[in-house]
Amino acid sequence: MINLTIDNKKIEAEAGQTILAVARENGIVIPTLCSHESLEPSGACRLCVVEIKHGKRTRVVTSCLYTVTEGLTVDTKSERVMAVRRLVLQLLLARCPESVQLRELAGEMGVAPEPRFTPDKDNVKCILCRMCVRTCEKVVGVSAIGFSYRGMEKTVCTPFKEDSATCIGCGACAYVCPTGHIEMETTATDDSRTIWGRTFKMQACKVCGRYFAPEDQLTYISEKTGVPAEDLAVCVSCR
Amino acid sequence: MMSKIESFDELKSLQERLKAGRDPKKPCVTICVGTGCLAYGTQKLVDNFREELAKRNLAEKIDFRTTGCHGFCERGPMVIISPEKIFYQRVGLADAGEIIDKTVLKGEVIDRLLYVDPATGVKVVHEDDVPFYKKQTRLVFGLNSKVDPESMEDYLAIGGYSALGKALTGMKPEAIIQEVIKANLRGRGGGGFPAGWKWDSTRKAKGEPKYIVCNADEGDPGAYMDRSLLEGNPHLVLEGMIIGAYAIGSSEGYIYVRNEYPLAVKNINTAIRQAREAGLLGANILGSGFSFDVKINRGGGAFVCGESSALFASLEGRAGEPRAKYIHATDKGLYDKPTNLNNVETWANVPFIIDRGADWYAGIGTENSKGTKIFSLVGKINNTGLVEVPMGTTLREIVFEIGGGIPDGLKFKAIQTGGPSGGCIPEKYLDLRVDFDELTKIGSMMGSGGMIVMDERNCMVDVARYFTNFLVSESCGKCVPCREGVRRMRDILVDIADGKGREGDVELLEKMSAAVIDGALCALGNSAPNPVLSTIRHFRDEYKAHIEEKRCPAGVCKALITYSVDAEKCTGCMVCSKVCPTGAASGERKKAHTIDPAKCTKCGACRESCKFDSIIVK
Repeated sequence: MINLTIDNKKIEAEAGQTILAVARENGIVIPTLCSHESLEPSGACRLCVVEIKHGKRTRVVTSCLYTVTEGLTVDTKSERVMAVRRLVLQLLLARCPESVQLRELAGEMGVAPEPRFTPDKDNVKCILCRMCVRTCEKVVGVSAIGFSYRGMEKTVCTPFKEDSATCIGCGACAYVCPTGHIEMETTATDDSRTIWGRTFKMQACKVCGRYFAPEDQLTYISEKTGVPAEDLAVCVSCR
Repeated sequence: MMSKIESFDELKSLQERLKAGRDPKKPCVTICVGTGCLAYGTQKLVDNFREELAKRNLAEKIDFRTTGCHGFCERGPMVIISPEKIFYQRVGLADAGEIIDKTVLKGEVIDRLLYVDPATGVKVVHEDDVPFYKKQTRLVFGLNSKVDPESMEDYLAIGGYSALGKALTGMKPEAIIQEVIKANLRGRGGGGFPAGWKWDSTRKAKGEPKYIVCNADEGDPGAYMDRSLLEGNPHLVLEGMIIGAYAIGSSEGYIYVRNEYPLAVKNINTAIRQAREAGLLGANILGSGFSFDVKINRGGGAFVCGESSALFASLEGRAGEPRAKYIHATDKGLYDKPTNLNNVETWANVPFIIDRGADWYAGIGTENSKGTKIFSLVGKINNTGLVEVPMGTTLREIVFEIGGGIPDGLKFKAIQTGGPSGGCIPEKYLDLRVDFDELTKIGSMMGSGGMIVMDERNCMVDVARYFTNFLVSESCGKCVPCREGVRRMRDILVDIADGKGREGDVELLEKMSAAVIDGALCALGNSAPNPVLSTIRHFRDEYKAHIEEKRCPAGVCKALITYSVDAEKCTGCMVCSKVCPTGAASGERKKAHTIDPAKCTKCGACRESCKFDSIIVK
């Protein structure tokens, strides 16, 4: 076990844990926008920064990536930390003025938009948190979406922005998206859904008749797991 | 094709044979065909020389060598006639025949091709007497003019690969590392981290294989030191890498080089092929039992890929995005294996340290920065080019003695060091002794060695805007402070330059800078505010003039200036009216001209062409 201090609170933690994980276990709230329990940390949003002190040196580190060490002192709300968080939120508010989630988070943290930043008018709600891309690659395992371009032009999209041949329509990207940027449309009868420019036919449950998953997704699961396709044609509730 | 060299003794005798086969008294014509000189059209001059030599049946009697960059790019095309080392500059493409007939055959000096020292008006005959070279210590870079980069024989004839032989046959890996630590070789790529300690960490790190990587992703605007080393003396870099690999215990190396450097890619490829043929790369090098090989990886032109973790991502075939470096690359770098990354110039220094010893090397430079550093001296400077000086040389010596000062009699204003992430240094620091620590102390950095000189006609807000804009377009976009923050800073700088700056903008820029420095994920983001911060720090008045008085003191920011004619000085020569692209400048012969502000696009053509200094920019 490792002994450290977070916000003046003496804490024991296991070696190898990140500051963020230890803080959360101990009821200390550190805001994040790109962290998810099913995903490896990426350190993109910079909201989870904290100030650490080791000996005399202090520095600002990413709590979702920095692993705890013996004797570490962590301040999750120092002035330097709050300055970074404030700027990050103000920048994101200016990028995605439409996003309700960002406005709520800013409200909770007492951050007002910076009047000097002209809000973008392209109606984009994507904050490039990368959760969709990481989910598609690491959790689903199909890598149907990724990034194009760099810097300000960086966009989440399918390769060459064409209809994806590898997408299985599972919708995990839309589910994990924190700002509602990724849209998934479903027909009134639920018999098909459209995402990333492609329309997926839904499978009706053999028992209850409810449409519950895209056929392509079930085929993919069947191939991956070896479970026969017909066994997967029953929805979770009827299994 | 060279046959395999089986041992250090065989290498030594080969070097001796090559040296003996070269008569130092035999006339030799050397032409620089570095990228700078090639841009002057020097290839045509090379062809002319070959043709003229053949015509006179002199190909056997006179050596002819094309080499990499000599550094004095301002004065290309350059021809050096040995053994006297007569130095011709700005040589015309049709001058080959005359040079052969007069200088090479008869020893006559062609007056018009000589360099004139602008300070004294004296014509300089010999290369070593040219002030630009005289005040340099061209330890690493000087070899460029002695070898044809495509000839391994040339490199061997000047003692090349001796250091490798010495290291492989007479030194233990740990002893090599100790030597590099003792020499206090610090990384030339920007960080200035002691290379020996990095080697030591990589050697001691757990995990196999271990990689060594040469960072040749030089991307700073105006910097081309590493390019010129790879183009001009690729075997030197390779020798440094092989020694490093042996010391670290690596059998696999990579050179990550920008694809925009086609000549560097070509020459290093040739050098690798030659070294493999000679058995200096591959299995059992010089019979030592040590095996090592190098692969080239061409980068796609992203500035951020010079950052180590982004470079590794790119090498692995992923997008060039950095990751947090809480675990050092020496433990987990390329493919998560222990990796030692050094830049081109750092590797090129290694053979000297091994060959001549750490004590000798540590005798050059300052207390904590040893050896020499190559700088790319560009911008408003008379002698544009690459200069190599001992650490601790003052900025004044570099700019005024070597660089020959500022053109057109204008006043020095600032020098930007360390590339886009570095800072602008004002006149009051001209006597600063340039080394890693001194530059950092005043808010700039060594970086990879870019030096951009600015004169009184450079606006510091405009300079900050330029570099910040560069960083905006080169941000990988992964983290918010760099992607969004630096862009917003750029927008504010554009506003200030456009006369739309608001009260509080400077303070906001400072506040944002502090948060970006703390908050960005990688070193590119952490250092992105430097151009803004250093210009505010040293030229705050200029920002104030733009914001409060809507005035650009340097006369650069177009929204804030007007062009007019000083009627007293104007002679009515009509030159301005001829060069003006929009017809804004006009007037009758021998009468003072005027500039119509409605038509004027503020391109500056009139000011540049006016011989009477009568164009007023306010």
